[in-house]
Amino acid sequence: MRAHRGIALATTGLAAALALTGCATDPAAEEGTLTVYIGRDEALVGPLIERFEEESGIDVEARYAATPELAALLLEEGDRTPAQVFLSQDAGALGALADAGLEATIPAELADLIPDGFTSQDDSWIGVTGRARVIAYDGEQLAEADVPDTVDALTGEEWKGEVAFAPGNASFQAFVTALRVLEGEDAAAEWVAGMAANDPELTENNLATLDLVNNGQVQLGLINHYYWYRQAAEVGADNMRAQLKFLPGDPGGIVNVTGAAILKNAADDPEARAFVEFLVSEEAQRYFVEETFEYPLLPGIDAPEGLPALESLVNPGLDLSDLESVGESQRLLADNGLI
Amino acid sequence: MTAQVATSSPRRPWGLIAASLVAVALAAIPVVHLVVRVASADPAELAAVFERPRIPMLVGNSVMLAASVTATAIALGVPSAFLLARTRLRWRGFWAVLAALPLAMPSYLAAYGWLAWQPSMKGFWAAWLVLSFVSVPYVTLPVAAALRIGGTGLDDVARTLGRGPLGSFMLGTWPQIRPAVLAGGLLVALYTLSDFGGVALFRFPVLTTAIQQAYSASFSRDEAAVLAVLLVSLALLIVVGEQFARGRAARRIQAAPSAGRRRMTPLGRWAVPAMTLLVLVPVIAVVVPVAVLVSRVLTAETLRAFDPANLASAIGNTVLLSAGGAVVAVALALPIGVLAARHRGRLVRAVESTGYLALGLPGIVVGLSLVFFSLSVVPALYQTALVLAFGYGVLFMPKAIGSIRAATGQVPTSLEDVSRTLGNSRARTWMTVTARLARPGIFAAAMLAAVSAMKELPATLMLRPTGTDTLAVELWQRTDVSAYGAAAPYAVALLLVAAVPAFLLSDARAGREATREAIAPDTQAGREANREVIA
Repeated sequence: MRAHRGIALATTGLAAALALTGCATDPAAEEGTLTVYIGRDEALVGPLIERFEEESGIDVEARYAATPELAALLLEEGDRTPAQVFLSQDAGALGALADAGLEATIPAELADLIPDGFTSQDDSWIGVTGRARVIAYDGEQLAEADVPDTVDALTGEEWKGEVAFAPGNASFQAFVTALRVLEGEDAAAEWVAGMAANDPELTENNLATLDLVNNGQVQLGLINHYYWYRQAAEVGADNMRAQLKFLPGDPGGIVNVTGAAILKNAADDPEARAFVEFLVSEEAQRYFVEETFEYPLLPGIDAPEGLPALESLVNPGLDLSDLESVGESQRLLADNGLI
Repeated sequence: MTAQVATSSPRRPWGLIAASLVAVALAAIPVVHLVVRVASADPAELAAVFERPRIPMLVGNSVMLAASVTATAIALGVPSAFLLARTRLRWRGFWAVLAALPLAMPSYLAAYGWLAWQPSMKGFWAAWLVLSFVSVPYVTLPVAAALRIGGTGLDDVARTLGRGPLGSFMLGTWPQIRPAVLAGGLLVALYTLSDFGGVALFRFPVLTTAIQQAYSASFSRDEAAVLAVLLVSLALLIVVGEQFARGRAARRIQAAPSAGRRRMTPLGRWAVPAMTLLVLVPVIAVVVPVAVLVSRVLTAETLRAFDPANLASAIGNTVLLSAGGAVVAVALALPIGVLAARHRGRLVRAVESTGYLALGLPGIVVGLSLVFFSLSVVPALYQTALVLAFGYGVLFMPKAIGSIRAATGQVPTSLEDVSRTLGNSRARTWMTVTARLARPGIFAAAMLAAVSAMKELPATLMLRPTGTDTLAVELWQRTDVSAYGAAAPYAVALLLVAAVPAFLLSDARAGREATREAIAPDTQAGREANREVIA
């Protein structure tokens, strides 16, 4: 009896759904547990969370999704969110939540650990790691010397159809903002128009951009440095066709930060504070250096081997607050048909 | 605002209308949420979105892709269905299962597998190829079912009067299957409009990728909502267009009574091309991408640790949650489907088309609206399996409506009349007569909702209980770190689990055919049943 089977299946499904619901509880209400929304890969961050649980005795309910989805989720949830801490892949998402008044102030003794320029100015969130913007180039077709030292050169005829980037990506847009601040609105507008006219390959994200370079589809890609290291760890560095060129001093080589925020409803929560404290501890900072090849932001911890020093990439003319005018950068990209 | 009673019921079915309105109100949550957001947004900001030079291109791309994918799915699905239902094909059961298999394949997985093999694939043609072939079963299954019920008598008459084979098919059989083709095409068009994963991987810019960008770069939910309203307007046009075309088709069917006799065409020298077609669809949609991913496991430099317990729990979660989602989808679709099968009128049409709209929206939009809804109405259940199952129900209820409508329409109203004459109430009659006879169709509706829920990703990421991973979530976590090797076990597991409802769907078709022939060989109800099958 097929139909009986169907009804039995349906009933089982409903019963199971109810059973699953029974297991779920409101984590925010419990002592010794912490709900964290994590906009980064579980494979990379998961082991670090486990270390925190072991050392602190706090149970972490980790909710993984991409940073944009979690930012949208947190904005929709507002002050009803079950989350106490948000660990974000980029500063833009943290800034959007701060604008919506959803973040609590980071305690000063933690906020002061991270140097100015790598964390929020009003302590609404705290910087955790840094990623440099770089040019990924096709190592089979180009030598490092062939690759421009500045993004200004990318509007040239020789790179027509050969540059990939993700115009909708927050870190790319931060770079466009840096370009506007450092070289002026006119020069930035000229660059964006020049790129739009130079037949670029538009991608959805940094990873797709890197894949295009790695497959020889394009010669150059504008990405964050650590995507290359992640992929190299997966397939072996010797098998990487793409190579990286850092751009010290150029707007195209700025450092973006990842960060964490304590959400408003957890302002006085000791577990939330303990977690943020752990993220900027020596142990966690070393973990990011060794496992994800990111720049540590806590002074005194060395950058991953083979990377230029963080200080060499920092542009003295650029303040993190300058990057808040990302809306104007988006308008510029939109007017040129890139987003 | 009147529902005219077309058939046996002497009074207006107030209970049914009320239940439909409740179902449709729940199904409309995402659309209402969007409209409220757009209405309360800054008009200048909204205007700025429309002024972007890229918007006409995005709308054009969305429409072009939906139209071409739908046309291709119909062009491949109708001949496939004819081969399965009307020819002397060997190993018919095997081919039927194979034809249903692409249902189990999520578009993003198919795109991912193809890209792993052919990294240069991009743009319109790549998106068209993958989405078309993955969508073919939405046409093949209902059309094959319609062909199994209908007869070839009229074709034969046309042949004797001198028409060619194609001409007589168009004259005799086409009117019988046209509603099923339209219903399948409607699902394909809405699915294509709302797809994000497949188009994003092939870098083909459409409205859904722009919506994603609005969330990811500007964190602007208002901007995303405007674009989503644009998308829903396109979906509405398609739904209304299908209803209009179906209405015309229904009149034509009544003008052309289907004859009971059914002739099976011998394949002869057409056997090889026929089998090529039946092999081509699952090969492009399923076999190639899965084979590429599996081969990546064998050639991977380093294999990340594989945890069987993790896989097992993901399988368990996927099965339970999608079963729950199927129950909700069927519960919501039942009153709407029954109403649409038995009654006509403006209200019925409005209820039915509103029920379909959520299918035209990307999962992230539906997910966020349900976040808002559940926090406002049932905060205690937020981020529980119940809300996620409810979300699946809202998302995939449209896929259940058509099947239930067709299955109910096939039950002769005379049987219901007999039951009523014997003193049974309307509700009891429905339970003991209509629901019992329509059960295979209701089961098919549940399976279609379940297979869709198993593949769902964006709304799952929003609504799932924290720490609960489904196969789709696990797969996403592994594709995000460019780890083809690590993704493969989860890809294969998802495909195998989703193949179960797909298999039951191909099987359920044959069962329903038997039921239908037993009860309604050539009645008004039998012709009604032609109207739609799975959609």
